[in-house]
Amino acid sequence: MQRSRVYLDAGGSAPLSPRVSDALRAGFADGWADPARLVTESRKARGLLDGSREAIADVMGVSAEQVHFTPSIHVAFERAIAGIARARRAQSRIIVSAIERDALMNAAAFALPQGIETIAVNSQGHLDIEAFAAAVSADGVALAAIQHANQEIGTVQRLDRIASSAAAAGVPLLIDASSSIGHRDTPQQWDALIAHPADWGGPAGLGVLALKPGTRWLPAWPEGDDWAPGGISVPLALASAVALQEREQERREVSGRMGALVERIRATVRQLSGIDVLGDPYERLPHIVTFSCLYVDGESLVAELDREGFAVGSGSACASGTLEPSRVLASIGALTHGNVRVALHPGVTSDDVDRFLAVLPQVLDRVRSRLGSPSSD
Amino acid sequence: MNSHVTGALEIDARGTACPMPIIMLAKAARGLAPGSTVTVLATDVAARYDVPAWARMTGNEFVGESETDGGALALTVRLRST
Repeated sequence: MQRSRVYLDAGGSAPLSPRVSDALRAGFADGWADPARLVTESRKARGLLDGSREAIADVMGVSAEQVHFTPSIHVAFERAIAGIARARRAQSRIIVSAIERDALMNAAAFALPQGIETIAVNSQGHLDIEAFAAAVSADGVALAAIQHANQEIGTVQRLDRIASSAAAAGVPLLIDASSSIGHRDTPQQWDALIAHPADWGGPAGLGVLALKPGTRWLPAWPEGDDWAPGGISVPLALASAVALQEREQERREVSGRMGALVERIRATVRQLSGIDVLGDPYERLPHIVTFSCLYVDGESLVAELDREGFAVGSGSACASGTLEPSRVLASIGALTHGNVRVALHPGVTSDDVDRFLAVLPQVLDRVRSRLGSPSSD
Repeated sequence: MNSHVTGALEIDARGTACPMPIIMLAKAARGLAPGSTVTVLATDVAARYDVPAWARMTGNEFVGESETDGGALALTVRLRST
């Protein structure tokens, strides 16, 4: 019997639900016009765009005026960091954790060259809060940028003290919630917040930036639309709003179910020999689990599992096409080879997970014996 | 290979990619007595993270890293169990 494929790489991308696909089609049918023009068709498109922004703001617990669409989270990082840094030109440094996204690090390096101060995380990926508090209260800090949750290992930061330290120092705080919104409550203490529609089940090609009133920034880019150079696709915005509403309505049920599946994966994988299960087992995203396997390469694991019908991610150097392994894995002292990242979406069933857990030991044995690996007992 | 004799062994994993340095390390460790040290020479950058992680996962002790004259990494572990 032909088995259907199981997509277990749903971090930052997930199959669109029927409602989201419908919204996308409706957006192209009714929101194709340029929302910036004055004619009836454009007003209709603008209405859809404004309604989408309001719906997303409502879930995030902020007012619609604070929410801006961007063409990607990369643009959101670039412009938020560059804009805030430009308004605080007397300060030249940015405080980040060791496990921020590459897109955020690249934006920081561009806006504040030589000004990046990285704060270490522990073996579960939690920020050294004392070190952060000391760093953020020193002179010359333009802003701090910290993730809410990590997209590779799922660890959720304890943001309360991070936010209070930044506020006490008068330093603007950017929270990267691009892996958490749609899965956890939206953080409320920040000056700038970044979210990723494709991560909550929306279509690819959109980012969201929220700014608290009074957050100072200056344009550090050509004149025009500040956050959405060239404008925003109305259908993508509409489908993203529908996706977030759908996720939010089902979040308690879906998070509970995915959390239990992740717990089953963690418990089963831990029984296998030579495996390091990563991240905080409790303060974590409900849908992500990552582990590293001794004596196998990530590339072979991804390819073999793909052949068996399971799509997974990997932070191993050989699997990502770079020479350097994932900064996240290196920063928490994890084994960087043989890494497998599983990110569930709401359509993954208990049976899918059981089949994955049945296939995984066979795949591990196969790759280990092909490499002439010692048995790792 | 000497079996179950305490000593210091160096293995040359230069030019190999992950996970080969760790596989070579684990195989070499098998023939050695507790207390022995093994130094892995590697050019693969992942070895810098994976040798300490291997030591932690297998109950051995990571001693430290240095750089060879040729620019390779030299990563040393002390065996507690085999």
